Amino acid sequence: MPFTTTKSAFWAGFRDSAPFILVAGPFGMLFGVLAAEAGLNVLEALAFSMAVFAGASQFTALQLMQEQAPTIIVLISALAVNLRMAMYSASLTPYLGAAPLWQRAFAAYLVVDQSYTLSIVKFEAEPKMTVPQRMAYFAGTNGIIAPLWMTATVIGALVGAQVPDSWGLDFVLPLAFLAMIGPMLRTPAHLAACFTAIVTALLAAGLPYNFGLIVAGLTGMIVGAQTELWLERRKALSEVAR
Amino acid sequence: MSQFDTFTLWTVIIGLAIGSFTLRFAFLALMGDRAMPAWLMRHLRYTAVAIIPALVTPLVVWPSSTNGVTSLPHLLAALAALAVGLFSKNVIAAMISGAVTLYGLLYLIS
Repeated sequence: MPFTTTKSAFWAGFRDSAPFILVAGPFGMLFGVLAAEAGLNVLEALAFSMAVFAGASQFTALQLMQEQAPTIIVLISALAVNLRMAMYSASLTPYLGAAPLWQRAFAAYLVVDQSYTLSIVKFEAEPKMTVPQRMAYFAGTNGIIAPLWMTATVIGALVGAQVPDSWGLDFVLPLAFLAMIGPMLRTPAHLAACFTAIVTALLAAGLPYNFGLIVAGLTGMIVGAQTELWLERRKALSEVAR
Repeated sequence: MSQFDTFTLWTVIIGLAIGSFTLRFAFLALMGDRAMPAWLMRHLRYTAVAIIPALVTPLVVWPSSTNGVTSLPHLLAALAALAVGLFSKNVIAAMISGAVTLYGLLYLIS
C-alpha cells in the first residue's frame, strides 16, 4: 500500500516495530541489571545505553571490563561486534543517501538491528516511497524501541542494585549472547564463521590481553566470507551444468 | 565480581559512542549512493557471528562461577540457549531455555 504522507510512513514504522518491544524491553533491563552488578550506578548505565545504543556491543564491553581486559581490547572488541552497523549503513545509503546531512546523522545514530531489518524490507518492497517517507518510516521504527531501551536500562539498574550476588547472574550474560547468536545463523556461511570462531577461541585462549578474541573473530569472519564465495561458485557451476 | 575504575568506564563509554556513531555514519555521510566493494561487505556480514561466539566460548567452557572448572550444567545451558535460538529464531525463548536449564540442573545437583 503506497503512503500518502510522511506522517503515515512514520506511524507505519512505529507499528511495525511493535514485536521488537518484547526483545528491547527485557534485554535493556538485563543490561541495566548486569551493569549494576558490575558496579555501575544508574546514571552511568543510562549514559552507556544512550551514548552507545547497541545491545551486543554494550554487553561485550561490560564483560571484558569485568575481566580487566586492556581498554584498547575492550574498545576494539565492542566495536568489532558493531561492524555490522557499518554494513547496515552502507546498505541503507542508496535509499537514504539523498536526505539532508543532519537527517542522515540522526538516522545513523538510530541504526540498530531492528530498524535496519524492518526498513530494508520495506524499502525493497515499496520502491516508490519518497526519500522523506523513507526517513520517516526509519525514524518510526525507533519511535518505541530507542526510548524503551533507555528506560529499561534505568529500571534494570535500579533492580540490579537489589539483586544479591548469590543468584549467580554471572552466567546470564553468556546465555544472552548465545540467545542473540542463534537467530543470526541463517546460512551455512554464518554457521561456518561461528564454528570456526568457537574452535579458534578455544585454541587461542592462552594468548595474553584477550588477544585470542580478536584472532578468533577475524578467523571466523574470513572463513564466513570464503564459505559464502565457495557456495556461490558451486551454485553458479551447477547452474551452468544444467 | 572484579571492579574497574571510573576512568576506564568513561573512556570505554565515550570511545564506544564515537566509534559506533562513526561506523553507522561513515557510509551514509560519505558514500552518496555508490555501492560498497563486495569483498568488504562480505567480511562485514560475518563480524557479529564470529566475534560473539569467540567472546562467549571461553566463558561457557571455563565459567567464572566455578573458578574456571568446566561444568556440565553450564555447557548444557549454553547448548540449550543456542539451539532454541537457532531453531525458533526467538531470542527470548532461547534466553529462558538456557536459564531454566542452568538453574534446573544446578538445583538437581545440589
